Amino acid sequence: MNIQEMILTLQKYWSEHNCILMQAYDVEKGAGTMSPMTLLRSLGPEPWNVAYVEPSRRPADGRYGENPNRLYQHHQFQVIMKPSPDNIQELYLASLEKLGIDPLAHDIRFVEDNWENPTLGAAGLGWEVWLDGMEITQFTYFQQIGGLEANPVSVELTYGIERLASYIQDQENVFDLEWTKGVTVRDIFFQPEYEHSTYTFETSNTEMLFELFTNYEREAKTTMEKGLVFPAYDYVLKCSHTFNLLDAKGVISVTERTGYITRIRNLARGIAKAYVAERERLGFPMLKKEEQ
Amino acid sequence: MTKDALFEIGLEELPARFIDDAEHQLKEKTAAWLKGLRIPFESLTTYSTPRRLAVLITGLSEEQTTIEEEVKGPAEKIAKDESGNWTKAAIGFTKGQGKSVEDIYIKDYKGTAYIYVKKRIEGKPTKELLPDFRDIITSITFGKNMRWGTHSLRYARPIRWLVGLFGFEIIPFEIVKVLSSNVTYGHRFLGEKVIIDAPANYEEIMNQQYVMVDAQKREAFILQGIQELEQEKSIQIPVDEDLLNEVRNLVEYPHVFLGEFENEFLAIPEEVLITSMKEHQRYFPVRSQTGELLPYFVGVRNGNGDNLETVIKGNEKVLRARLSDAAFFYDEDRKQSIDFYLSKLERVVFQEQLGTIHDKVNRLISLTKHISQCLALSADDMEKALRAAEICKFDLTTSMVNEFTELQGVIGEKYARFYGEDHIVAQAVREHYLPKQANGDFPETVIGTIISIVDKLDTITGCIAVGLLPTGSHDPYGLRRQAIGILKMVHQNKWHVSIEELIQLALTVLTESTVQISEKESVAVNIQDFFLQRAAYLFKEAGVEQDITQAVLHEQIGDYEYSLAKANLLSLKRNDDNFKPIQEAFVRVLNLVQKSEASEVNPNLFETESEKVLYQKFCTVEEAYQTTSRNAEKDLQLLGQLATPIHAFFDHNMVMVDNIEIRNNRLALLYQIATLIKRYADLTKIEWKQSF
Repeated sequence: MNIQEMILTLQKYWSEHNCILMQAYDVEKGAGTMSPMTLLRSLGPEPWNVAYVEPSRRPADGRYGENPNRLYQHHQFQVIMKPSPDNIQELYLASLEKLGIDPLAHDIRFVEDNWENPTLGAAGLGWEVWLDGMEITQFTYFQQIGGLEANPVSVELTYGIERLASYIQDQENVFDLEWTKGVTVRDIFFQPEYEHSTYTFETSNTEMLFELFTNYEREAKTTMEKGLVFPAYDYVLKCSHTFNLLDAKGVISVTERTGYITRIRNLARGIAKAYVAERERLGFPMLKKEEQ
Repeated sequence: MTKDALFEIGLEELPARFIDDAEHQLKEKTAAWLKGLRIPFESLTTYSTPRRLAVLITGLSEEQTTIEEEVKGPAEKIAKDESGNWTKAAIGFTKGQGKSVEDIYIKDYKGTAYIYVKKRIEGKPTKELLPDFRDIITSITFGKNMRWGTHSLRYARPIRWLVGLFGFEIIPFEIVKVLSSNVTYGHRFLGEKVIIDAPANYEEIMNQQYVMVDAQKREAFILQGIQELEQEKSIQIPVDEDLLNEVRNLVEYPHVFLGEFENEFLAIPEEVLITSMKEHQRYFPVRSQTGELLPYFVGVRNGNGDNLETVIKGNEKVLRARLSDAAFFYDEDRKQSIDFYLSKLERVVFQEQLGTIHDKVNRLISLTKHISQCLALSADDMEKALRAAEICKFDLTTSMVNEFTELQGVIGEKYARFYGEDHIVAQAVREHYLPKQANGDFPETVIGTIISIVDKLDTITGCIAVGLLPTGSHDPYGLRRQAIGILKMVHQNKWHVSIEELIQLALTVLTESTVQISEKESVAVNIQDFFLQRAAYLFKEAGVEQDITQAVLHEQIGDYEYSLAKANLLSLKRNDDNFKPIQEAFVRVLNLVQKSEASEVNPNLFETESEKVLYQKFCTVEEAYQTTSRNAEKDLQLLGQLATPIHAFFDHNMVMVDNIEIRNNRLALLYQIATLIKRYADLTKIEWKQSF
């Protein structure tokens, strides 16, 4: 099964299980969790079921396309269900079967792994799911988001698309994976991997990036103060990605580093609160829909 | 009449590290609960897997035991009026117990007569009481809890089903909308939904469902598989106890398998291979009969032997990817130099207020210099010690340690040797992280010990100085363990250094660096107290009784080795009749001046010979005491010379005379003697046990 078929299969499956199918969010981010479709929507009492593919950028993991396992940008398939259903493990395992993974022919395990993202004031408990010893999915019950208690609790499934594909297609090198018939990951992503690595580590304009960070941060704050949660959050994401670029280049000193993370966290916390307040002001519309 | 009972809690996969303790709690709590309810039983067996905790109670009585209880009422004189009639108090008491005054009898209680009644407490049917087991379930505690769905219960992982059976009957109860039944679930993939027909059949039914509910049996089964492989392949598979425990709690139905990796990976340092296998993948490494690491690994699958080839192939693929990464790091890392990694330390934070690791290293160099001088190291050794201090943290910025953080120091030693560092220096890089646990190994080399001590000393002093004194169970930097490590190393090496001087030194070095400390005085006191408490703990561990510890550690630890020797000596002296005259003399002096203050002695004010003799003796002893070699026995003998003149002094002089000048002069003398004795120990804290 090629990557395209995998994505189509997962989309169809989770769509049949009442998830809203979303597209990738159009602001750079380090993980699917950071999409507002997860981070903001998992806050507050409204039910929320969603699935989407998220291209995730990790500038520090850029390897000029030379490392068979590491990428500047990889893909996550993200599922959020709030409140977490009682049969979520069974739902998840059935999705693996759709991908052609017969649990009887493999060894599938749920190994404790607690997830924490201090930058977003977020934490959860759960597992990494092992397929014959390989971590293929992060399975997390959110306990805290943006410094707020998650209630009801959302469950987050993050499938590592390339990881899973390397198993399904039995490939050692991520660039040899087939995206769709006759097209490999190399065909699509090798050039961007090389160029992004070069940009990140060598040619990026540090001064401009610092300036951008400050500007994005200021814009996030003023926008948040006006109660415009979603645009404010976009600027938090921009801050986070700009910080990642600077950090990967090694131009942020230690003391500054802690300071930057705190600044992003404070923004995220402020926005989490503002989001819940705004939803409350609107009377939690999706809650009402549920009752009808 | 009795029946068997069974409870099972079905869960999403519990973290392996919580399972043994949870099973233990289940056993203790169930037994205590049944005892409290007065329901006798024959046996109580608990079971655990990642997906369930269960308890089987055999021969459980169908009724609570009926008991007759004696209830004490008011005293007789309150219960009866002057004419001998029952008072309102007595009537009220009997009514309250559901009895009448005819049931009253009188009994003596501690010399006073009280009225009593006997009350029969009828046993209820067990069946009615068993649903309360839900409280046992929710009372089990775990290291970390979570919430799920819309529920407010906090538990290790979500509860998905509950079994409650008494004989053939279901015990009805509910937790977070899950209702108890007689239905359980077998192995996630090999088993199915199944009814438990009778509690006693539980283990057998689960076994048919590919679930070994007995953790010990799973462990034995894994060990058997390992032994079979060892024989079949003529290999050794050393079994790490912790890993075995974890692995048996990661599976419901274990199946042992052997995997392989490419020979070329054996060029990577062994510790890296072992960490990859053990820590990251939970595999057992494999060795040849002669002990060399072989390119094999042993894994444990959760299931049976079907399709094992696919499972093995998958596991091999994962390990290969990990080892390829490690091989890459190993090659890349060795292209750089120690200086390259040291310069990167300037960007690694140690602790926000305590600066970078680079700042820490600079402090370690200063401390090492001072301590090497204290210990009178040779110029050559001192040079090595300083080099070790300088490079001890370099590996923190290598890719390998970045990926395998648990190998800090171990990788440092390997790389340091590779870069041509002196082998003692290289060894110290590894050793300065020791001891890693409470009873862990110590550094073998002197230089390793010095770097280990100064590193820990800097961490403790620094953390407490910026307000990170451990409280209760919150000790994120492991400061207690580190302080104990320091004391143990000093003891191990019989180094005569004053702990308080070390603390002062570390504080000075800290303030000379970039660290801002407010209230330096109280910080010093906090650190000293912190060490004092650890020393007292170690004394207790060494069998020293508390009063002796308090006597010796009454102000400070000083030279730890010397203090411990004093404590051991005083423990003997406390029962030694020959020591009694000395002890009496000293304790008398110490008690007498408890409220006095230090002042000068004026020899011209002495009136009696015994005063003069005592003063002269004191001056000689005090002078000699300044230069002793800190031998507990000899020092006590030296002080003991004061005993006879002290007794003579008390025989011939009144201290509290009317003449204030004379009185104060005598007190001044005694005060100085007391101060000298206290430098040895505060003997008033000891409970003396000599015969009288």
